[in-house]
Amino acid sequence: MSLLDGLQSLGHGTLSMLARMGRAGLFLGRLMPSLDMSLRRPGLVVRELYASGVLSFVIVAVSGLFVGMVLGLQGYITLSKFNAVNSLGVVVALSLVRELGPVLTALLFAGRAGSALTAEIGLMKSTEQLSAMEMMAVDPFRRIIGPRFLAAFIAVPLLTLIFDAVGVFGGYLVGVAMLGVDNGLFWSAMHGAVSFRADVLSGLLKSVVFGFVGAWIAVFNGYDAVPNASGVSRATTRTVVNASLAVLGLDFLLTAWLFS
Amino acid sequence: MNSRTVEIMVGLFVVAALAAALALALKVSNLTGLEGGSGYKVYAYFNDIGGLKVGAPVTAAGVTVGRVIAIDYDPKNYEAKVTLLIRSKYNDFPVDTSASIYTAGLLGEQYIALSPGASMQNLKNGDQIRYTQSALVLEQIIGKFLTNFASKP
Amino acid sequence: MNSSDNSSSQIDADQDPPLVQIEGLTFRRGQKVIFDGLDIDIPRGKVTAIMGPSGTGKTTLLKLIGAQLRPQAGRIRVDGVDIHRLGGRALYRMRRRMGMLFQSSALLTDLDVFENVAFPLRENTRLPGGVLRTLILMKLQAVGLRGARRLTSSELSGGMARRVALARAIALDPMMIMYDEPFTGLDPITLGAIVALIKRLNDGMGLTTVIVSHDVPETLGIADLVYVISQGKVVARGSPETLQQTDSPWVRQFMRGEADGPVPFHYPAPPYLEDLMGDAP
Ligand SMILES: Nc1ncnc2c1ncn2[C@@H]1O[C@H](COP(=O)(O)OP(=O)(O)OP(=O)(O)O)[C@@H](O)[C@H]1O
Ligand SMILES: [Mg+2]
Repeated sequence: MSLLDGLQSLGHGTLSMLARMGRAGLFLGRLMPSLDMSLRRPGLVVRELYASGVLSFVIVAVSGLFVGMVLGLQGYITLSKFNAVNSLGVVVALSLVRELGPVLTALLFAGRAGSALTAEIGLMKSTEQLSAMEMMAVDPFRRIIGPRFLAAFIAVPLLTLIFDAVGVFGGYLVGVAMLGVDNGLFWSAMHGAVSFRADVLSGLLKSVVFGFVGAWIAVFNGYDAVPNASGVSRATTRTVVNASLAVLGLDFLLTAWLFS
Repeated sequence: MNSRTVEIMVGLFVVAALAAALALALKVSNLTGLEGGSGYKVYAYFNDIGGLKVGAPVTAAGVTVGRVIAIDYDPKNYEAKVTLLIRSKYNDFPVDTSASIYTAGLLGEQYIALSPGASMQNLKNGDQIRYTQSALVLEQIIGKFLTNFASKP
Repeated sequence: MNSSDNSSSQIDADQDPPLVQIEGLTFRRGQKVIFDGLDIDIPRGKVTAIMGPSGTGKTTLLKLIGAQLRPQAGRIRVDGVDIHRLGGRALYRMRRRMGMLFQSSALLTDLDVFENVAFPLRENTRLPGGVLRTLILMKLQAVGLRGARRLTSSELSGGMARRVALARAIALDPMMIMYDEPFTGLDPITLGAIVALIKRLNDGMGLTTVIVSHDVPETLGIADLVYVISQGKVVARGSPETLQQTDSPWVRQFMRGEADGPVPFHYPAPPYLEDLMGDAP
């Protein structure tokens, strides 16, 4: 009996997940053509860039600094065993630019801005603001969801660049300023070994993909929320969970594709 | 918050991101990705390339002038065929230039060093470098040294 | 166009076709049948009231007219066109001519009072700033909230929010306004002013008005035509006078607010005692 119950709830969960993915696909199909208004009225996107970009700046910069410092410390400890501390810059920069920058920024973004986006759209739905807009002949996809999606999509790569740069600086602080790695060698080894195209741009490409998927998940879950308090709170949680899993899964695929 | 402040903050944010991009491009990484860049290809055959890899630098007098873009095994001559892409601004290497595989540092990456010859004719796209010197493989050197040492009275 | 099969009564004496024609409307939510072959005509330039017990689907009906919901069967024609056949831009053009006051007010919470009323104008027109401001102040003056224009929506009482929503609904000067419970949460003075405003908008500007309400005296005071719906069907239709003199027990119960009668006060449920004794959740 309880086995059957378990099977039933598994089946139910699977079906509702598939249904949600179908709805997310349709949602994207409706969202893409609605971006025309965002392009014609960039002011709408700028205002949303404030919410998703500027307000995430501090957490991203501080996290980047600490991650870079930890990389500097760990890298130093490991490299000093091989008498290779001069490669510290390489280790710090490559780890940040290829993996940690794009992935951690996307995860932080999902928690900081993605969840806020879901809650905002979900609340607008549950208080009938989206309905009211439709009746005022304003398409909420073009006026509300489009600019928010676009702003989030743009913000993630920009935040990733900031994370990378601040992270390298953190590695420099620990490695050069604290532990005494040679300043010139730190930078020249890094400069020689990190390729702009193969490493920096590939990492940026990852963050573009993460930005797209994260923004999509956030606005979709808000729009798809059950219009009441617990529905919105569940949607917010779902954004963080789905976006984190999607980022980590996609990161594996992208790494396999870009760096092999 | 008024919309002017919002716009200024967003402007600052974008400037910060662009500054980060600039720092990453200039200070952290090198822009010398030659793969798609313009240049001419020449070939060189080696008995043994050791640990040479695609992407390894090609230097002349210590200056990077190009990159290794392909490595193949040629079953006819039992040799390794290495394709070098040399930047088009370095277009006056004589045809009797020689290529050697060296190691940067004791255990470092391997690279190809070109030493120009004396011919009046220059290498063109598709030419072959005839004089080559293979990689020095550490075991072979040690082996040679030991046999020499042993054969000396 | 001329509707020949006009189920004529004294109200549609003028030969104009109705602005909204609802024919055989059937709408279900899951298993629950909300409308079952509903027929309603809303004449042009008149105040039409739609009354009925709570939960009969009055709000749902307005959303169907605004094409926010799709019926399973039947047709709703607004100004001669089947509104559920309109897609994209054509639908939005039609909605620009309809105003709707939501039962929950549905003000945009990140905008202040002024910007809420300005919203439909800013989004749908290219009026110069000065004209826009004048228009908005006129609408706010009409609902008595010109002085509250810089309050945010969280600083408003329920009744004030309702009045802002009303000002917003009339901002685009639509051909038809649908009011969902316009009278709830208003003090007697405001109530009088709003009733007068609705009447004035209708008569002065030739608007078509649809009022959904339970407030029998206020509604009957300004309505030209009243529909009473219950359990998915129209149970009475006529002018306020005829309805008040009707001998239908349905209508009498509703008009007089009696708890006992043919209209059930209770949502459908198993017998009370059985439910109390049973262990169903
Ligand atoms: N989103 C929904 N999902 C499922 N059922 C709904 C939904 N919205 C409304 N209903 C049901 O539809 C019926 C009609 O609802 P509606 O809001 O139209 O009633 P109403 O006549 O406006 O009531 P009131 O006078 O209390 O505002 C109700 O029985 C309600 O239970
Ligand atoms: Mg209602």
